[in-house]
Formats: sequence, structure tokens, C-alpha cells
Amino acid sequence: MEIHKYEKIWFAAALVMVVLFISSVAYGAVGAGIQMVDDEGGEINPNEIGEHPKFEGFQDVAGTEASVTQVNESHYEAQIQANHPNFFPGEITIPEGSTVTFYITAGDVIHSYDIVGTNVNTMVIPGQIAEITAEFEEPKEYGVICTEYCGELHHEMEGKVNVVSQEEWDENYTDDLITIDERGGDN
Amino acid sequence: MGVFADRYPDEAKVVRAALASSFLALLIGGAMGPLQTLHRIDYLRIMPSESYYTVLTLHGVALVILFTIFFLVGFYQWAVTDSLDRPAEDIRFTWLWYGLMSLGALMASLAILGGFTDATDISASVLFTFYAPLEAHWLFYVGLTTFIIGTWLAGADWFRSWWNWKKENKGEKTPLRTFMVLTTMLMWYLATIGVASAVLFFLLPWSLGIVDSVNPLLTRTLFWYFGHPVVYFWLLPVYMIWYVILPQIAGGRLFSDALARIVFVLFLVLSVPVGIHHQYLDPGIAEGFKFLSASNTMFLLLPSLLTAFTVVASIEHGARQRGGEGYFRWLTVLPWRNPAFTGMALAGLMFAAAGFSGMVNAGMNLNYLVHNTMWVPGHFHLTVGTAVALTIMAVTYWFLPRITGNPIFSMRLGLVQVLTWFVGMVLMSNAMHRVGVGGEPRRTADPFYDFEFEGVIGSIGELHLQIGLGALILTLSLVLFFIHLIFSWFGISSTTKITSEAAIRKPLSGKEHAPAVLENFRLWVAIAAVLIVLVYTIPIASIIVDGGLFGPDVAPVRPDHAPLFGLSGLSLSTEWLVAGAAGAVGAIAAIAGVLR
Repeated sequence: MEIHKYEKIWFAAALVMVVLFISSVAYGAVGAGIQMVDDEGGEINPNEIGEHPKFEGFQDVAGTEASVTQVNESHYEAQIQANHPNFFPGEITIPEGSTVTFYITAGDVIHSYDIVGTNVNTMVIPGQIAEITAEFEEPKEYGVICTEYCGELHHEMEGKVNVVSQEEWDENYTDDLITIDERGGDN
Repeated sequence: MGVFADRYPDEAKVVRAALASSFLALLIGGAMGPLQTLHRIDYLRIMPSESYYTVLTLHGVALVILFTIFFLVGFYQWAVTDSLDRPAEDIRFTWLWYGLMSLGALMASLAILGGFTDATDISASVLFTFYAPLEAHWLFYVGLTTFIIGTWLAGADWFRSWWNWKKENKGEKTPLRTFMVLTTMLMWYLATIGVASAVLFFLLPWSLGIVDSVNPLLTRTLFWYFGHPVVYFWLLPVYMIWYVILPQIAGGRLFSDALARIVFVLFLVLSVPVGIHHQYLDPGIAEGFKFLSASNTMFLLLPSLLTAFTVVASIEHGARQRGGEGYFRWLTVLPWRNPAFTGMALAGLMFAAAGFSGMVNAGMNLNYLVHNTMWVPGHFHLTVGTAVALTIMAVTYWFLPRITGNPIFSMRLGLVQVLTWFVGMVLMSNAMHRVGVGGEPRRTADPFYDFEFEGVIGSIGELHLQIGLGALILTLSLVLFFIHLIFSWFGISSTTKITSEAAIRKPLSGKEHAPAVLENFRLWVAIAAVLIVLVYTIPIASIIVDGGLFGPDVAPVRPDHAPLFGLSGLSLSTEWLVAGAAGAVGAIAAIAGVLR
């Protein structure tokens, strides 16, 4: 077979480029430690969400005031259920400088949980728990949206993550805070 | 050489019918475009937001399934007949697959249209991806299945022609165009296993109430097993056009026959084991398999980069044949006034840009930032919306005389048409990418929330204006295309008939240089199958083991009906009946005209 010299050079350059792209993805995963949402979260029965150990004590759909659970000094857990067209709870509040592990699942159809402007972004699939951990350094109010079409009111589905200053946190939010031991989770 | 329509009148009829169906879908799907764009950016809202998703479903299914695939089967029928120089084996079988595809398309479309009225409980507002537990009426699933079975039979028809040709031409290499058709169809057979099993084993029995639960992650994974290779099903006919027809129009010939074949083989081998790259953010799939898909996806850049080289080299050769000189000055002697050439060249240019945004999508960890944002439709309006759609429109200015025998109505109007598409898409797609980086989601009727998105270079408001303007220019381009199409197709205002056409010129490096192993389809299918098994067995097995074949008691959810334009009940259904009847009469008249 006859292959032109320029074509060989081009092919080699293309191959190098492909290898570089793959290395950059590998570096992001291993070097920079960007973890992908994966199968860590495990499965859940979408009709019995409250009975799953991760969601124990979670008051689903109807009126949830529960926000976050404290695991230790700066680590919190948040359980979230997506049901068209709402997130439960719709709003969570955490102190600045905290690490939050989200456990997110759906009670009806496929949704997503996307904290806009961050890389906290995961699909939410009935039967699956999406587990994602993120650090929130500065006080800021983040918008949360569902980015997967989930029904006729999909566009109304939004929530909020409120990162407040330490002072505000100590003043307003620590009274009702439950710890992981009180909740009796499996951690 | 006599024109194709005269040499093979029966086959030309099928080609025309398939193209008519394709362009009808383009008209319907295209008309939904401005409706949803203007609604989305809140410039003009003539429907309730609930209807947006029905409109979007129609836009997606009509354009990426019906428009592209009907064009493919028509064009491929021409390619096989013309390159083997052999009539269809049995034209009744050819009409059978076209008939099945049309029937399936009609069923799926009716199911979607049912979502506009509450006079019937038929609806399918589930978008092109139809993720369970969202449920469509069974008519939608049956329609899609029928349509796909039609495409399978089309492939069988072409393989049959090839086998019989081989018997009569022992030892000869398959002509390039037929080789491209066969590799595309082999890829398609492998790819459609996913969607066929999702629909037949799970979604259809579920929508009929035979089983009462599905595993949403399983059906979603099976969808994407098909959902990525389907993009190559849109793209490969376009590659054939770029390889075979574009150099011809530029005044030259294809650079290398062997390289073109290698590219198609690479697509056959690599297209399927990449679908998980649409599921980077899915729970329930281990990271390792996401990485494997990311790597395979990056390797898919190779055939496209090779194509870029070959196509540009072929065009340059054409330019030099026309007397072009210098490093870049040869560009000036190309036939820029020919809409077929200019449209394809611009489509290729946009495809290069699409390649770059695609690499961002494929970059597993980078994908967090753009997943399900407007970036993604920004990307595929460059790929399927321009590389494919603009090439199809452009090639029409070359192809139509060959299958109708009528001359092109006006090359100048054609030039305006392809240029407006390019300008409109530059504006729209560029702004879509940018609002996407700002976080604005795709697939939403109303992207205005309690908080504000931050635009990237330009405010969201400015970018929305750009999207709206782009959409209107694209609509104008579409209108021009259809005016021109009708005038050219039926030879209106033209008294002459075209009776001869130029044969496709042989490549610079011909098929005698192509290694024989390329014709060993069994080998390539086997390699593709091994890759698929490696990439998919464990993820699918673990999804089934962990979540159950039919999932944990997941009930169907049918999106609510939302009558269009605020009309409802009897008055609406009557209007739709009238409109539907008028449309059907028009369609029948059009088809009758085509086949006259």
C-alpha cells in the first residue's frame, strides 16, 4: 500500500495527540485526584428510601427540615431525594471550610443534581445512590438545578446550597444539628 | 454516461422516495427549531412550557432519526447501484424496507404528535433518549422498532447485491462506495443490538403492562450502547460524500482509496465500545470502565483526523488541477460559487470546530463542567446540525439532477442558502457553547432560576440574543432550501432535461493499492465484537446483578399532557384532525409527484 510521506507525519502527530489527551484524562483522575461518580453509593429501593441505612431517619418528600448530619469537626453528610419537580430538602446549609458528602437518589424518574458553577454534578437514577464529596471553602449561595428532563415541570426544579460563615453557622444552625452517632447511620 | 435516473429508473424512484421522506422530516423537525429557541430564551412564547418537551421530542426524533437515516438509505441505495453498476436484486424487497421504515416513522411521529392534544391518551414526550422510567405510548416504541427493522432489511438488500456481484466478478476488489456502505451497515447491526434489546425486552413489554418494572440504569446503558454509534450512522454517509463527491466537485480526485477504506474500517471497529462516555456522571458504573470508554473515544479521533488530511489533500489536488499555485493561493481557484462545494467546505470547517468541543466532552473529568449544559447541544448542532445537515443540503445541488433528471433551479440561490446556514449556525452554536460553560442547562423550557448564570465573555442576555438571531437565520436558510428544492425537484421553470452525467473519477492511488485484508469483513466484525465484550460485559453484568434485570419495582411515569397553544378538548382534536388530514393529503400528493 502506498502512503504519502506527509500522510505518515500527520498520522504520527495525530497518534501523539490522542495519547496526550488520554494522559491528561489519566492525570486528572490519578494526579489531580478528580474522582468520578461511580458505583460506590450502591443500590436503593426507590419506594423505600427511608429504610436504606444511608437514608435512615430521612424524612422523604413530605416536609423535610433535616439538612445535614455532622460526621466530624468539618465533615458533613447530606441526603437528598429528587422527585419531579423538587429536591428534598430543597435547601441545605453548611459552614465555610467544610467537606460535604452528598448521597442523592430519586424516587420517580431520572434527574440530576448540579451545583451550578462547581464540579458537583451527578446524574440521579432511581435505584442508585450517587455519592459525591466536595469541599466548600468560602461563604457563598449556590444554585442547584436538575439538568435532566424529568417531566412537564422539569424547568421548575431547583434547590440551593448555602455556604455560611463560621459565625453565622455557630449562631443559627448548630442547635438542631444532628451528629452521625445520633442519627445511627452506618458510618 | 446517461443520468442515473435514466439508467436505473426503478432504483431512482426508491432513492427519490427516501429523500422525500428525509426532507419532510427536515421540514417538520426544522420548524420546531425556532419555536423552541424563542420560547427558551423567552422572546416569543406561543405555547405553554409543558409543550416545550413535546416540541423538543419532535425536533430530536424527526431530525436525528428520520431526516438523517432516510437520507442515508436513499443515498446508499444510489451508491450501491451506481458503483456496482447493477440493479437491485428484487425491487419489491427494496420497496418493502422503505415501506417498513415509513410505517415506523409514521407511528412514532403520531405517538409524539398525540402529546399536543388531550383528545387521546397517546403521547411520547420522552425526548429522543426516552430514558425510563419516563414512558411513551407503546405506539412510539413499536414505531421505532419497525423503522429500525426496515434499516436492517435495507442492509440485507445491499449485502445481497454485493454477494451476487462478487460471484460474477471473482477476485475483484469491492468498489469504494459499496465498501463504505457495507462497513457502515455492519457497524449499524452491532450498534442497534443495544436499542433493540432495550425496547423489545424491557420498554415495550413495560409500556404494554406485561412487566411492571424496569431497571432504569440498564435501559439507559443499552440506549447509549446504541446512542453513540448512531452518530457515526449520521456521519458516515457524509464521509462518503466528502471522500467521493467533494474532490470531484473541486475538480480533482480522491487522494487515496486505501486510506478511505481504513478510515471506514476504524469506524466499524471503534464506534460501539464508547457509549459509556455519555454516562461519565452516572452512579452505578465503576470509574475504570468510564476511563476505558474515554480512551476508546480519543482513539476515534484518528479516523476523523485522517479524513481531514485526505479531504483537504484531495481538494488541494483539485485546485492544482485547475491551475492553483502557492501554499495557500490555490484556495482562490476553488469553485466557491458552487453551493455544493462551498456548503461542504463550510460543513467540514465547522466539523473541525465540533471536534474540539467533542474532545472536551470526551475528557472524562472535564465533562463535569459541561455535562447536560447547553455546551452539549452547541456541540451537536455543529456535528449533526452542520457537518451532516449542511453537507446533505449541499450535496443536493449535485445529487438532485442525477436522480430526477432536472437541472438545479438556481446555483446562486443555493449559494445564499448554504451561506446563511453557516452564518446562522456560527452565531447560534457559538453562543450555546458559551452559555453552557456558564452552567445553563440543556433540555429546559425556561432556564431562568432564582439565581443568575454567569456568562463567559458576554452576558447571558447577549448570548441569548445571539442564539435567537442564529435560530432565525437558520430558519430562513431552511425556507430557502425548501423553495429551491421544490423548484429543482419538479423542474419548475425549466424546460430542459439533463441526460448525461460525469462518472466519478478514480482515486489518485486506486483500489489496487488497498491491502486485501481490508475486505475481510469477518475479521473486522470479530475485532469490534471483542472490544464490545471487553468494554460492556462487566458494567452490564454488574448493573443486572446489583439492580436486578427488571429493577427494584420502578413504575412508569407518563409526562402530563399539555395541549398546544392553550387549546384543549374537542375543538383542538377537530382542528388537529383537519390539519392532520390536510397534511396527509399533501404528503400523499407530494409522494405521488415524486414518483410520477
